[in-house]
Amino acid sequence: MKKTVLNQVHHQAGARMVEFGGWEMPVQYSGVIAEHLAVRKAAGLFDVSHMGEIEVSGPQAFDFLQHATINDVAALADNQVQYTALCYPSGGVVDDLTLYRFAADNYLLCVNAANIDKDFTWLQKLLAESDFSELTLLNRSSEYAQLALQGPLAEKILAELTESDLAAIKYYWFVEGTVAGISTLISRTGYTGEDGFELYCPAADGVELWQALMSAGEPFGLVPTGLGARDTLRLEKAYALYGHEITADILPLEARLGWITKLKKGDFVGSQALLRAKQTGLTRKLIGLQLTEPGVPREHYPVFCAGREVGYVTSGTMSPCLKKGIALALVEAAVADAEQPLQIGIRKRQVAAERVALPFV
Amino acid sequence: MEFPDELKYTEDHEWVLVADEIATIGITDFAQDQLGDVVFVELPEVGDQLETGKPLGVVESVKAVSDVYAPLSGEVVEINSALPDEPEMLNTSPYEDGWMIKIKLADPAELDGLMDAAGYQDFLEQD
Repeated sequence: MKKTVLNQVHHQAGARMVEFGGWEMPVQYSGVIAEHLAVRKAAGLFDVSHMGEIEVSGPQAFDFLQHATINDVAALADNQVQYTALCYPSGGVVDDLTLYRFAADNYLLCVNAANIDKDFTWLQKLLAESDFSELTLLNRSSEYAQLALQGPLAEKILAELTESDLAAIKYYWFVEGTVAGISTLISRTGYTGEDGFELYCPAADGVELWQALMSAGEPFGLVPTGLGARDTLRLEKAYALYGHEITADILPLEARLGWITKLKKGDFVGSQALLRAKQTGLTRKLIGLQLTEPGVPREHYPVFCAGREVGYVTSGTMSPCLKKGIALALVEAAVADAEQPLQIGIRKRQVAAERVALPFV
Repeated sequence: MEFPDELKYTEDHEWVLVADEIATIGITDFAQDQLGDVVFVELPEVGDQLETGKPLGVVESVKAVSDVYAPLSGEVVEINSALPDEPEMLNTSPYEDGWMIKIKLADPAELDGLMDAAGYQDFLEQD
């Protein structure tokens, strides 16, 4: 199993470690619910150093990324971040990622840990098949440590350690600065639905950055937070997760990612399949469900309508904020918008679930 | 972690307290710690017949679903009806407020198959 530079720090903090995407990662420290609520009310610090970083640079970097990704790279200015995805020609998703623009000819892709090699190979293949030649692809994943400082007090905590004007960094923008004397990319992004920052620093400085943040954050109630809370936090906000809502078998248009699927920007990998699907009408739709009785919906549980199986749960949990079972479910499009009651199959029971507006919280 | 001496234990991490052929059953401190925050509990109904080793109910944490197995055979005579509304009692008080069910033992000789506190702790250390 691969380990991040913070592995020993997690063990010393009493974290429970699990395998995730080939990495040994902390799933919880004090407990998932306590960590979840800390992020909603104060702040949490996640080690997300397992995430991958791929650099795309050169005169044709823009053209290549416009071809390889589904969002419109032309919408990005220097120091801006974009949520986007790589699709197969079938329209299914290779991976979702954040794209950082340093300059018109210099970008960094932050990709899911489990997909680093797959994505890099995919991009190399696209490059080899294309007419683009004036660009360089570099897998720089092992060079970075990445920490996510998330929560309403994140800015106050980070301000203790940096000279950068944090208030001037808008959502989905970044600056290059220093934090606790460490050269850091400060990005106002995250996966929790709270204000916060994703901080990229040299791998060798990861432990020092973590310790500096924990010390500065202690008076503000900052706690270390694991993958368990990361999942419940993102699910309350209905953010898609690779392997759940994002797979080779689900179109981004079906997964509520139409807002990043820019079919009008011109041809890109997957665009023809996605255009066809849009023209013929989507057959499935991702919806939010909330149980109206006790229970915990989970991935792969079937969804029923009038006794017929009409879809399945892609992600489910007990919402720590709502104290109710919540689920994202991929269901037949006709059922998604109808008003007939739905049920989720939990073991031998069919538990009543109501359609709710997203996000859940 | 606590493992009271007056209880008997199973390898599936249930505990049993026996008095007058009535056995009170729950999950151990180790089990609740492994599960993490318990958010849902499914119990059998009074009158159900339990068979040793078969699932008697389900405990769910945020991350996982776990069956709870009957440590002994017998008829369910009482359930902790407060537990489904306050499943976190399994974390905060696994041996007292978090008890799950009481059964009338079908075969008291089955008790010989359970471990005492020292035996259970040895078992945990080997595991």
